[in-house]
Amino acid sequence: MWEFVNYYFIPGLVLGCIYALGAIGITLTFGILRFANFAHGEIMMSGAYLTWTVMAIAAYAGLTLHPLVAMVPAAFMVIILFLATDRFFYKPFRKEDTIKAVMASFGMMLIIRSAVQVIWGPNQITFVRGIAKPNAALRDFTDGLGLQILMPNKHLFIFAGTIVLVVALGYLLNRTRIGKAMRAVSDSPDLAHVTGINVDKVINATWVVGGICATAAGVFLVMDTQMLETTMGFRMLLPMFAAAILGGIGKPYGAVAGGLIIGLAEELSAYPWIGDAPLLSPGYKTGVAFAIMVVMLIVRPQGLFKGRSF
Amino acid sequence: MEAYVGYFLYFLSLLTVGGIYAIFALGLNVQWGFAGLFNVGIVGFAAVGAYTYALLTTAESTFHLGGFGLPLPIGMFVGMVMSAIVAGFIGLICIRLRADYLAIATIGIAEIIKLILKNEGQITNGPRGINKIPRAWEHFSEERFYTSWPMSWFGTPENWEAFFDTLPNWYWQPLFAATILLIMYIIYRMLERARTAPWGRMMTAIRENEPAARASGKDVTRRRIEAFVIGAAIMGLAGALFAQHLRLIEPTNTFDPAKVTFLTWVMLILGGSGNNRGAILGAFMIWTIWSASELVITGSIDLISNIFTSLDTSLLVSRAGFLRMMLIGILMQVILQRYPGGILPEVRPASPKANKKIAESTGETK
Repeated sequence: MWEFVNYYFIPGLVLGCIYALGAIGITLTFGILRFANFAHGEIMMSGAYLTWTVMAIAAYAGLTLHPLVAMVPAAFMVIILFLATDRFFYKPFRKEDTIKAVMASFGMMLIIRSAVQVIWGPNQITFVRGIAKPNAALRDFTDGLGLQILMPNKHLFIFAGTIVLVVALGYLLNRTRIGKAMRAVSDSPDLAHVTGINVDKVINATWVVGGICATAAGVFLVMDTQMLETTMGFRMLLPMFAAAILGGIGKPYGAVAGGLIIGLAEELSAYPWIGDAPLLSPGYKTGVAFAIMVVMLIVRPQGLFKGRSF
Repeated sequence: MEAYVGYFLYFLSLLTVGGIYAIFALGLNVQWGFAGLFNVGIVGFAAVGAYTYALLTTAESTFHLGGFGLPLPIGMFVGMVMSAIVAGFIGLICIRLRADYLAIATIGIAEIIKLILKNEGQITNGPRGINKIPRAWEHFSEERFYTSWPMSWFGTPENWEAFFDTLPNWYWQPLFAATILLIMYIIYRMLERARTAPWGRMMTAIRENEPAARASGKDVTRRRIEAFVIGAAIMGLAGALFAQHLRLIEPTNTFDPAKVTFLTWVMLILGGSGNNRGAILGAFMIWTIWSASELVITGSIDLISNIFTSLDTSLLVSRAGFLRMMLIGILMQVILQRYPGGILPEVRPASPKANKKIAESTGETK
């Protein structure tokens, strides 16, 4: 029972949080700019590399920075990267067929990955050294309650970070002017334009929100695996798209729910539900996300939360 | 003399691989150029074709399933069929949705195919891959071919062995290159025929104005699935040829999305999407640039290491390839924005009736 919770359920939730944060950016771009951004995973990956660089520079100066702190300057750089790619590569196609923008983002995916490989090299880099021990305070506390929950600190940070970001996003979308404008553009761009919403401003806001979430997702992922590699963005891409489609395109909360479901499904698929062998070989984890996506596209293309279906 | 043979063989290998990429680009042209279907999973269809071919034609082996030792054309044909079946499955699910979903689904299926190839070790030998794949023309000099029917009818094994000893060891290379160019030409002629036929004109109509095509009674979904399946079958064939060229295939490095899917896209966009000649031209151009830049990079790294002898060039060696990929990506963005038509822009086929009318009005006779 506790093995299930500690080795399958909690890692599933952690993975789900990472997917959720990545999928928020994808679903917002898809909803507001109306194209599937294939470069999103690579931007996540470059955010993680930038965070590592900030930490390395700080370590050179004699400071030990926590990834969550080093993430802040990295997020700024990622936002600039997002805005620059939008300005130079996506904006020229805004008036044209959106498939051109998808093609441009597909090209960006390769350009960003190659750039990262040129700058930081193709090999794996260790992000944080050492084995993550379970948090002792939490273990003692839950032991007192008759539970046995083992969670390393990194997982606690990831949960806390995700909750803070999702709550902040909720505040932004529901309480602020720009957030409401974002939702309006997502629902109906023409109507939003007629009512005098500045669409360019909304698009920039989308990249800012997407950039912050993408950086966080990338950093959380490397905090979890403790390893930086250039293919991780591409590996995350499919589950994130699946999460965005599952939740409904243009629905940030749907993306969060979709991310958690996909993350849990991927981890739980390796649990020995029947007999002793894993239900599905762990090698096929990515396949679970794809299967869910295919079923969703057949049964309900608009997603669980009634998003947009094109 | 020896040096000239080297140049000649290099030229032949450019033609061979360029021809294989041209077949990929022609397949993509059916999907994107004719029907406007955005497929970014080319590598998946290539892998299906290549692995089917490899499993069916290799000699019996303990490392993977079978090794059925079937004749080469059968392996290529079944590779095409398998690739078409996978495409049909994807097409039935996604074609009615917007193009973005098809893009996501194709990139997904490509990853899933690679996962299956990596994980089903008993069938595909997992990450170690399949080797000793027979290559057309070269396979005649393998013992299992000249000792069996039909070659055994024409000579005893000893005679064949002596015959192949008299040939230079690269005898198969011109023949293999010619075969690939011939296949490319046949596909090109077939696609040109399809493009100017009513089917091709209907595809253009569907791509340009779907509601109008639907209103005039065209079965849009069916036509799109047809185009997708035909394109995927061509890609499967190209994958089988790719396996022949490499002789050793494995899931990760052989079928790298950047080198198969992305290069093919750049080729088609550079040459001109919708134009079969453009697809072929783009394929040969990009492949020549790609493979020549490798020589240039190696040469310049050598030069640098000779001038600055104290410099450690291993960093440059490991990263120059990625820089090349980045430059190709930027080239794609430039073409996409500045020259969306490519080098040879699409030419709309006029209907035969219109041709007749023009001929009548100008008094020409054909």
